[in-house]
Amino acid sequence: MQSLEGYRLLDFGTAQAGPQVAQLLADMGMEVIKIETRVKPDGVRLGRPMAGVNITGVDESKWLDMQPVFHMMNRNKLSFTINLKHPRATEVFTRLVKISDVLLDNFSPGVMARLGLDQPNLEKIKKGIISMSLSGCGESGPLKDTLVYAPLIISLGGMESLLGYYGDKQPMNLVPGYGDTNASIHGAFAILAALWHREETGEGQHISLAEAYTITSLLGETIMDYNMNGRVPGLQGNRHPVLCPHGNYPCKGRDKWVAIAVETEEEWKNLCIALGAPEWITDKRFADLASRRQHWDELDKLIAGKTAGYKAYEITDILQKVNVAATPVMNCEDQINDPHFREKKTFVEMNHPLVGKELIYGNPMRLSDMPPVVERNAPAMGEHNDYVLKELLGYSPQEVIELVEQQVIY
Amino acid sequence: MMKRPFEGLKVIEYGELISAPYCARLLAGLGAEVVKVENAGSGDKARINGPFPGDIADPEKSGLFLSLNANKIGITLNLKTKKGQEIFKKLVAAADVLIENYAPGYMKKLGLDYDTLKLINPGLVMVSITPFGQTGPYKNYKAYHINSCAAGGMSVGIGDPKREPLTIPLSHGGYQSGSNAATAILAALLARRKTGKGQYIDISEVEVWATAHAGQNVLTYPYRGLNGIRRGIHGGRTYPNEIFACKDGYVCVITPQAEQWKRFIEVLGSPEWSTNPKYRDRKAIAEQNPDEVNALIIPWMLTHTKEEIFKLCQDKRVPCAPVYDIKEVINNRQIKAMDFFIELEHPEAGTLKYPKGPCTFEKTDWEWQKAAPLLGEDNEKIICEHLGYSKDEFTGLKKSGVI
Repeated sequence: MQSLEGYRLLDFGTAQAGPQVAQLLADMGMEVIKIETRVKPDGVRLGRPMAGVNITGVDESKWLDMQPVFHMMNRNKLSFTINLKHPRATEVFTRLVKISDVLLDNFSPGVMARLGLDQPNLEKIKKGIISMSLSGCGESGPLKDTLVYAPLIISLGGMESLLGYYGDKQPMNLVPGYGDTNASIHGAFAILAALWHREETGEGQHISLAEAYTITSLLGETIMDYNMNGRVPGLQGNRHPVLCPHGNYPCKGRDKWVAIAVETEEEWKNLCIALGAPEWITDKRFADLASRRQHWDELDKLIAGKTAGYKAYEITDILQKVNVAATPVMNCEDQINDPHFREKKTFVEMNHPLVGKELIYGNPMRLSDMPPVVERNAPAMGEHNDYVLKELLGYSPQEVIELVEQQVIY
Repeated sequence: MMKRPFEGLKVIEYGELISAPYCARLLAGLGAEVVKVENAGSGDKARINGPFPGDIADPEKSGLFLSLNANKIGITLNLKTKKGQEIFKKLVAAADVLIENYAPGYMKKLGLDYDTLKLINPGLVMVSITPFGQTGPYKNYKAYHINSCAAGGMSVGIGDPKREPLTIPLSHGGYQSGSNAATAILAALLARRKTGKGQYIDISEVEVWATAHAGQNVLTYPYRGLNGIRRGIHGGRTYPNEIFACKDGYVCVITPQAEQWKRFIEVLGSPEWSTNPKYRDRKAIAEQNPDEVNALIIPWMLTHTKEEIFKLCQDKRVPCAPVYDIKEVINNRQIKAMDFFIELEHPEAGTLKYPKGPCTFEKTDWEWQKAAPLLGEDNEKIICEHLGYSKDEFTGLKKSGVI
């Protein structure tokens, strides 16, 4: 048995933020049905498959099912294609809502209401249902219609203004979609909180997640600093408000680095000795934390001069042996080959019928008796139409044929 | 008053800094009773981290501590003493959830590991948050946020390709592992409704970064290789995904769809260069010469403010946003319309604004009644009233340094 078995979620998510919420829950056994339509597929399905995916001899209509990134965010889900703008779709979809627990979307605000699928309408169909909408800036208010992607989310939320080299002015881009991924985990939490409440009281509700301000809610210490001292923080670089040294230092090889952080005096001394520079311990510039922070740039240069003589894994090992926090700055190649990730199966090798082997990230929520599993490939478009229509909703084979012919199921 | 979702749920937090406290904060804001156990003496390390009003260090006025620990009941215990362990076990016996973030093996050394505690309370859901998790060759590695972020595959992608990689600012690893832990706790609690049994949850902060956040790089490696991982102000594989300087700061523009790019060019006043076939293939630009095209766009940017650009772009449905600093975010009209901040009064730190929460619940929204506890504020209430120790015993525990 898995922890969320017995719950059913209808996933209208597209791109990243929405689908990843549902993926986190699907990994823990929730039945997630991705609601799709060929009229307007999830953008991640569209286009030519990523360069390098072998498409020789494959019919172009199959490309929708051949995007590795789609597979990653939609594993463990089922796919049901229905054109909700078709007049006959309402009856079918209503029956599905009646047997579901959660509805999730990340459309622009207002789309679900136009489909008649906002919370008041859903409640009429199924008392106690939970719905969640993820949006850039919220579903009401002056910026509700702001068109966003992940980098814009962290720009609006205040985090981008901290992201760059200390002392510089120009912020750096954050390539992985942190604005989305941060929203996803908080979305998964909120859905389970609402389910808990429903179990206790029978009451359902709508949850609104404004991705930009989910980011802001994690900037507590800078918000406090502004409120306490009127201070507006600039680019943070690799600096830490307390620890020093604290940085990513160069190592042998192309674009190889080690992350080192020091908290206590003991760690500082161990670092100096391990790097073969015991003279730093007695150097006045580095006598205590305050002095080290004052001479941070000089110290960084000295440390870089030493680490550059080692491979990242080598110096990590040397420093960890003397209890100094050090790790390689890993790229994906390092991660794929790393013994720690391999032993833990952090990345799961899947075999997709059209694409072949794919290394898909696992789920880090390791519950002892019911660990999340990554076992089912992302669904092909409409792969589970029969299951939904016949097994879940009880339509006869003849009715299903009609629904398909009329392109209600499409 | 409406019943709050976690009303009646009892949570023990034995944690410090960000991850475990943030995890417990998510539960405390929705009605769980969280007893925060701090080490007798100096308490949670966040108390020495600041920021402090006027930069004067004071364990009761740390901005980081205050921001993470509202609504919690605060007690101090020396868990290295037999008596301290005994009290801790009594707390756990009546609890639903235990959250801790000490190094692997530390709870076992105290005799307070899951295998011991589940004998006292089989329904207990216990979560441990550590950098590398409870298993694997690096489980005993020491690591702070910058290390987890680096090993998790995030840092390598941030910053100038010619300079050192950057970590995600503000120790965000703690928030990410904390929210994963809170989600896993709820999954275990929902399962407990059916099985009656608790579970142990092992959260690795490195793994949290390596999966949903950075895992796409591992997946796409066979197709894309390592090229272009760190790209400075550029991002994405279709130009533009840029952080542009403008008249009074910076704006971010990203137009993956062809129509969006076309409209962006219109916003720029349809300059002549835009008709040059050289700039037609936006994937090629992203790969080969984004700086060259930026140089054509930035002069226009420098004559407009970020609010002007934001409006001009969004009015034409071009995805663009200003890079807001903290002050601008706090005073933003949308944040105000959302009632994003609440105010709490703290006896030492005074009245301050706090973010309400990461999302809005229609019926059971975040409720914050009380600012973070003073060090040991609720010792007597918990030890005497809840656990039934006498006043004399309480005085004895105090004298012997147990609390």
